[in-house]
Amino acid sequence: MAALIADQATAARERAVWELLAQVPDPEIPVLSIVDLGIVRHVRHGADGRLSIGLTPTYSGCPATEVIRSSVRNALEKHGHAQAAIEEVLSPPWTSDWLTPEAHRKLAAFGIAPPEGAVSSPKQLWRATVVTCPRCGSRATARVSEFGSTPCKAHYQCSACREPFDYFKCL
Amino acid sequence: MSPAVATAARADRALNEALLRYVLRLGDTSLVLGQRLGEWVGHAPTLEEDLGLANLALDLIGQARLLLTYAGEIEGRERDEDALAYLRDAPEFFNLALAEQPNGDFGCTIVRQWLLDAWQLEIYAGLQESTDSRLAAIAAKALKETRYHYRFSSGWLVRLGDGTAESHERVQRAVDQLWRFTSELFAPDEVDERMASAGIAPSLSTAEVRWSAHMDEDLRAATLKRPAAQPYPWHGKRGVHTEHLGYVLAEMQHLQRTYPGARW
Ligand SMILES: [Zn+2]
Repeated sequence: MAALIADQATAARERAVWELLAQVPDPEIPVLSIVDLGIVRHVRHGADGRLSIGLTPTYSGCPATEVIRSSVRNALEKHGHAQAAIEEVLSPPWTSDWLTPEAHRKLAAFGIAPPEGAVSSPKQLWRATVVTCPRCGSRATARVSEFGSTPCKAHYQCSACREPFDYFKCL
Repeated sequence: MSPAVATAARADRALNEALLRYVLRLGDTSLVLGQRLGEWVGHAPTLEEDLGLANLALDLIGQARLLLTYAGEIEGRERDEDALAYLRDAPEFFNLALAEQPNGDFGCTIVRQWLLDAWQLEIYAGLQESTDSRLAAIAAKALKETRYHYRFSSGWLVRLGDGTAESHERVQRAVDQLWRFTSELFAPDEVDERMASAGIAPSLSTAEVRWSAHMDEDLRAATLKRPAAQPYPWHGKRGVHTEHLGYVLAEMQHLQRTYPGARW
């Protein structure tokens, strides 16, 4: 019984940390939190009571990685977790499949087309992806450039409303 | 120490040295190629391709950071990614000589990229199964990025090769000029052999067959001719470079050499 109560207390503490991290925005797409992006891999209270947070980078060279680390550090310190360890988790590698449904909704509302479909096979890259225009909903869109303003986005244009937009790539 | 233990310790040390060399080769190739691509920023034919090349550079430098950080840990002499990138001289760099070749025109940059993207594609795919879990994790991550790089470079190769007479001629010339550097990609030396037999790195002969198939398929689509294999006198991965690497390093290292430890 005592063990069960202790487990529940740990789970509640971990939940509180997840909620805290859900307030930390991605520096490049601030409508998304780092939890929405799926880059928080674990929140663990060790047997010694020490808190550890696992973060994974989206792209190897993503310049936001260090900003995110220090925002997480600040958020933890502000809420009494100054001793927490932040670990870099490389495996399994981040995938856009880890974007939450909430993230897809927020991206579209922000004007960025969310990734279309799950990424299961590398061959999928060679098929033409049909991307929906986040402004008018048209499926008649064309890729302007493989690479956009950040590593995670490609540049598209809508043939119906003529507006250019970013597409959050599948990875 | 008993003779058996001493022999085992020597074998461990030798394996560790080979691993260090192998990881530096991968990391240096990504770093130097990324630095080359960075030279295009502000100069590419269109804004979209400028961004594309910069994005490739960013991924490559990110991969280099992961690899060089690991190399520093294997070495155990407290050199971090920055010390390895900024404070080594050309003979201590072990990148493939192809990576350091000058950008030339846009077509030449695309050809260099395509040759190395297809190489990384096969090497990283094999490394995912490495008995070295750190390398396997770095490779699995890098592979996903490399697929986009390869789609970009092979797409441009086809567009330029099967484009105008001018673009065809220029991109064929780049293929002819750079082809001689490709023999180094798959020529195994004792480091490669030790890595392969330890299950750390994939067999280069298997990777070469698959790389070669990508080459044939893309060249055909691009209406370009595959040059004959050529003997190759340089060995970037053994620290023997073409004169171009010195210029790349001079630009890349200038600030850290002049103001050691500078931060901003
Ligand atoms: Zn539209």
